[in-house]
Amino acid sequence: MFLVALGYRAGGNAPIYTDVPQGPMVLPVPQALNLTSIVINVAVLALMLTMVIQIHRHTGSLDSEKSRKLKG
Amino acid sequence: MAAMIAHAPILIIAIPLVAAFLTPLVGMASKRARNALVVVSLLFVAFLVFALARDVVTNGIRVYTLGAASPEQTIPTGFIMPVRIILEIDGMSIFMGLIITTVALASLIYSLHFLKGQTGQARFYSLMMLLYAGMMGLAFTGDMFNLFVFLEIASIAGAGLAAYRANMADAVEGGFKYIVVSTIAGLMVLFAVGILYAQYNVLSIAALAHYMQHTLLDIIALGLLGSVFVIKLAAVPLHMWAPDTYTVAPAGVTPMIYTSSAASMYALYRVSFTLYGSTIDTTTLGRVVIALGVLSMFVGVMMAVHQTDIKRLMAYHAISQSGYMLLGVGVGLAVLADPVALANYGRNAINGGIFHMINNALYKGMLFLTAEAIFFRIGTRDLNRMGGLGHKMKCTAGFFIIGALAISGIPPFNGFASKLLIYETVFKFNPVLSVIAMFVSLVTLASFTKVFYSTFTGPEIPAYKEVREVPKSMIIGMGILAACIIFFSIFPGVVMDTIVAPATEALIDQASYISAVMGGVP
Amino acid sequence: MSVLAYGYAVWAPLIWIVVLVVIGVMVLIWRNRGQKSYKKGTAQTDIFLSGVRVPPEGQRHVKSENIYWGFFEALKRLYSGMMKPHTGIVNDYILWLVAVLAIAILILAVSG
Repeated sequence: MFLVALGYRAGGNAPIYTDVPQGPMVLPVPQALNLTSIVINVAVLALMLTMVIQIHRHTGSLDSEKSRKLKG
Repeated sequence: MAAMIAHAPILIIAIPLVAAFLTPLVGMASKRARNALVVVSLLFVAFLVFALARDVVTNGIRVYTLGAASPEQTIPTGFIMPVRIILEIDGMSIFMGLIITTVALASLIYSLHFLKGQTGQARFYSLMMLLYAGMMGLAFTGDMFNLFVFLEIASIAGAGLAAYRANMADAVEGGFKYIVVSTIAGLMVLFAVGILYAQYNVLSIAALAHYMQHTLLDIIALGLLGSVFVIKLAAVPLHMWAPDTYTVAPAGVTPMIYTSSAASMYALYRVSFTLYGSTIDTTTLGRVVIALGVLSMFVGVMMAVHQTDIKRLMAYHAISQSGYMLLGVGVGLAVLADPVALANYGRNAINGGIFHMINNALYKGMLFLTAEAIFFRIGTRDLNRMGGLGHKMKCTAGFFIIGALAISGIPPFNGFASKLLIYETVFKFNPVLSVIAMFVSLVTLASFTKVFYSTFTGPEIPAYKEVREVPKSMIIGMGILAACIIFFSIFPGVVMDTIVAPATEALIDQASYISAVMGGVP
Repeated sequence: MSVLAYGYAVWAPLIWIVVLVVIGVMVLIWRNRGQKSYKKGTAQTDIFLSGVRVPPEGQRHVKSENIYWGFFEALKRLYSGMMKPHTGIVNDYILWLVAVLAIAILILAVSG
């Protein structure tokens, strides 16, 4: 949301070049940034959930305070 | 041939990506074809990297614009700002590229035999190629958002590889810690990039450096980016994820994840020197970096001497040696604005720090590979239970001795050369730092003596009577790194003039980085 | 010969290696001129530890957690202080990141 709000221009149109109405356009780059960030976060979320499932299978609890086999 | 060199920057990133996607498909047909595909593509990319290195060292900064009519056309006609994605390769970028490629080659050849009998091998090689592509993209990019994307690619691939041995509980825990730390770091990088974009409406590093003013938002962005790269490179006090992750990663992966931390250090330098270089007073930033370096050296080595797990000990040493690099380059950063001090000792300090980067990647990578060789034969990483392996594993012991002497800074090895540069130049900045650095070197030697005594010397333990030497591909992997170490030890002047001095020059000289992209726009 | 210059002096590894080889050769020559008339296997070649009884062959290897015992005893307070932040919990790592971030932005904003 932060990124998309950065690109807003008051009274702007959609940033598509073909068949354009006159006037300022909203910046398209933050929308691209936002999409990329969503995709990356989906991938990371999938990976993290897999690891949490594995940890639960090994240690039997989902508390991150308890999965501290490596310390010191 | 010339066309290939002209398009080398994007080929270096694209070929590993394509290989990563093709690997599972080819692997369904035959295992040997899959291994051959991965090794051949990495060798080809290594050849391209060396050719590009020669080009950059002789001809200066190379710029590559994606999607333009010709690769050098950074600003489209009629515009005043670069709007396409630009890869900008200067001396420092290609230096990182060389480090990453060498370590990746050695790790890949090492892993060929190490994974015998494990399931999911196609995914392993695929992730290795993705990790390599991510790190090379991080080194070559000239664009802040691409920095974030490649950082995330490298982190995700690295975490997947670290948790590869999912049947052991501590492996998954190590990978989980790595992915949590990397994700939060990535989100903060995105926030900082958003702040910079909101202020200046450009994303390319050279253009941002051109338009940079000294507002409070810029300082907040610098603080964010700096802290994130500090936690990714595992400097004290943000280092605690690193021993957990380096310990449990399988062989060949630990040097790669360690090199990914080195790539984060490169990103820190890129942001401090090139993005912000002359617009802020670098004395404060330099002092902060020096403080982090000294803390890392001291805490890293004190914790290392106490450990009983061989890979965890080496992971703490990796943290400690990163402190040396931060110290050297921090001194250079602190005197960047002062031309007399810069010429006197600042430039040599940055030389020492950067030379130490490549030295450390080589010998730390080799030490990690030796530790995993021992684990491969014995099945335990606990130093209390090892002993007398030197009788049977002579090659591994030889490589370990070379690595241990190099990391402790014993002449005539390359560790001594770069540490000597750091001692001499840091002494002129503040003598106390030099004394701490020498003490840390001493304790490093002490801890590696402890490891050598526990593992290789002593009488043979009856439980390990059938241990033989490790297979050939693992020896070749370690041998590549050992040959590089010996070459760097005997010819430090050649290495310094060819790769390190251009890298230092590229860091200090912010103006030529900007003008390579902006082309003289006022 | 490839050297590394750092201001007022020069590091030349080849010279160092040549000196090491020369010293090594001298050491070998001296060693070969030593006493050769001793009997192996008798008390002349046994380990002597100031009269303390030496353990048999298989039990001599010191466990690695007992090496450098004196060093760790002397620095016990330092080590207990350093071990405390090194919990294994991920949440603590992120708290450290937030703390360092705040301190870094403060330092840079005040004096940058």
